[in-house]
Amino acid sequence: MTTSTSTAPAPVPATPPAIVKQKLRPDRKKSRGVYDVLGLLFAVVMAFPVYWLVISSLRPNHEIRSYDQTLWPSSLTFDNFARAVEQPNFSTAVQSSLIVSVTAVVGGMIIATLAALAIGRFRFFGRRALLMVLILVQMLPPTAMLIPIYAQLNAMGGLDEYWGLIVVYLVSTLPFAIIMIRGFVVNIPVELEESAMVDGCTRMGAFRRVIFPLLAPGLAAASIFALVNAWNEYLFAYILINDNSKYTLNVWLMTFTTERGTDYGALMASSTLIALPVVVFFMIIQKKMATGLTSGAVKG
Amino acid sequence: MTAADTQEAAGPPAPPVPRDPKGTDGRPTPGNGTVRATGKRRRKKGELLPFLLILPAIIAIAAVYAFPLTKTVIMSFQDMGRRELWTGESPPWVGFEQFTNILGDSEFWSVTGRTVLFMAVCVGLTMAIGLLVAMMMTRLSTWVRLTLTAALIAAWSMPLMVAASIFRWLSDSDYGLLNTLIAKVVGEDFLGHNWFLDPWQGFAIITLLVVWGAVPFVVITLYAALTQVPRELEEAAALDGANVRGIFRYVTWPVIRPVFVMVTTLSVIWDFNVFGQIWLLRGNKPEPEYETLGLYSFSKAFESTSFSQGTAIALITVLLLSGVAVFYLRQLMKTGEVE
Repeated sequence: MTTSTSTAPAPVPATPPAIVKQKLRPDRKKSRGVYDVLGLLFAVVMAFPVYWLVISSLRPNHEIRSYDQTLWPSSLTFDNFARAVEQPNFSTAVQSSLIVSVTAVVGGMIIATLAALAIGRFRFFGRRALLMVLILVQMLPPTAMLIPIYAQLNAMGGLDEYWGLIVVYLVSTLPFAIIMIRGFVVNIPVELEESAMVDGCTRMGAFRRVIFPLLAPGLAAASIFALVNAWNEYLFAYILINDNSKYTLNVWLMTFTTERGTDYGALMASSTLIALPVVVFFMIIQKKMATGLTSGAVKG
Repeated sequence: MTAADTQEAAGPPAPPVPRDPKGTDGRPTPGNGTVRATGKRRRKKGELLPFLLILPAIIAIAAVYAFPLTKTVIMSFQDMGRRELWTGESPPWVGFEQFTNILGDSEFWSVTGRTVLFMAVCVGLTMAIGLLVAMMMTRLSTWVRLTLTAALIAAWSMPLMVAASIFRWLSDSDYGLLNTLIAKVVGEDFLGHNWFLDPWQGFAIITLLVVWGAVPFVVITLYAALTQVPRELEEAAALDGANVRGIFRYVTWPVIRPVFVMVTTLSVIWDFNVFGQIWLLRGNKPEPEYETLGLYSFSKAFESTSFSQGTAIALITVLLLSGVAVFYLRQLMKTGEVE
């Protein structure tokens, strides 16, 4: 079959790059051990704060309020978690976070996929300009947006409402999601689509039967990334929502700090609960992320 | 290369399409330079489709970015305070007054200097550590690499709020681990040491937090780029007598450079806009000496309720960053990312 001109900026291998298995030269073997030790050391440094979070959340309170912090707890207890869950508004905060993040991500992904297909598959007037706008938009400081958005939502009665926050989150995930998904689109050989269309699929059918299945992993990665971002966002949630029954989890975390000090045990326990789903999701998509981010850049 | 027609003209003649009686059911397939387009109607459809696809994104971005940005510019030339916000009256126009006030304010300049210094330190540390660790990763045993990746991802996936809470807890003056450990070395006097009394020490903690949070992204991205470096080239360079530094400079670096530049630029922008970490480590009430441009704009807007002052500062920040943004775009165009 003769290949016709592809619309991708460069010839792209049919499969996304796999992590290359590396052969070792014999003289590398000697220095192996040194690097391994260094690598483990760095892993310990990076993981330590996470370890400290988990361990602090399981410590009895008298150990937390102690001038002699030990690296290893004497006993484990779930008291902190109990206090965290009993803190007012815990369940509404979980609900708020879920409603806002999931809605924003579902909406954002639909819009981003459409745009990514257009950018990755077509050459049209204004395509470069659009890409540039997407890149530039990510560079805007959030505070530059915050004040006018606050004023505007205030005028529209959108303060203290989920929808205001949802719209902000949805759009803030777009630039990155579009660029990321475009990276996956470009990696799908255009010939596949062509052959499906030659075999009688419409463009829509080709998308549904060929592109979408191949795009699904990339989409999952982009959605999780967007979800994590929405889940973690603090500033807009803090400013746009004043009603404490609508607080998102991040804003709710601040309720552990009062004039009388901070309940670190409960704070660490709730932080663990908030971070847990994120860590799991991240583990799933991390490989995809790096591929999606670099595929376009490395292969030009 | 711009429009689709050059594509179509340049393309080789399309392979004869097998006439499948069931398949094409009379509907034209809109081609994008792949199937030879013949009918005018078909070309039109092919040209409109991408615009339809990007329309929702354009509308959404215009609503949440373009519109507020325009409003930022407008508000900067007005004097909008709390009263105008609540009554909905249009604020008085004041021309460049906000800007002359800000630029003539020595506090603004010290905040800007602080922001730039903080950004430079964070980016420098992040990129240096990131590159070294990424290069190290290519030489680790598989199990160590997996362990390190897991640790990096654990750190990376910590929500900003959670990370800030952990570091607040670690640096707590009474019960923080940091003081306990240092007291073991320098003596009991150190217990109860408040890290945030002196902004230099406070910013050291904030820098630790920012770098710790940013390194994983840099390492994993650079490592992914490093795996694209052809091993044969490195081997060949080594056989030709290149030393480690030579191999890096002439073989490895050219391949990872675009990614490195991309990540650096992103770091510059992110670290310039650091807000949450400082905000949270100072318990939602950052002292003036902890203000970076973002916080400064925020406190002017929401605490002094001079929204116009806040937006003017934000606008100046945007202008400062636009230089970085232009550089970034030029780099991308060089590498052919924006084709």
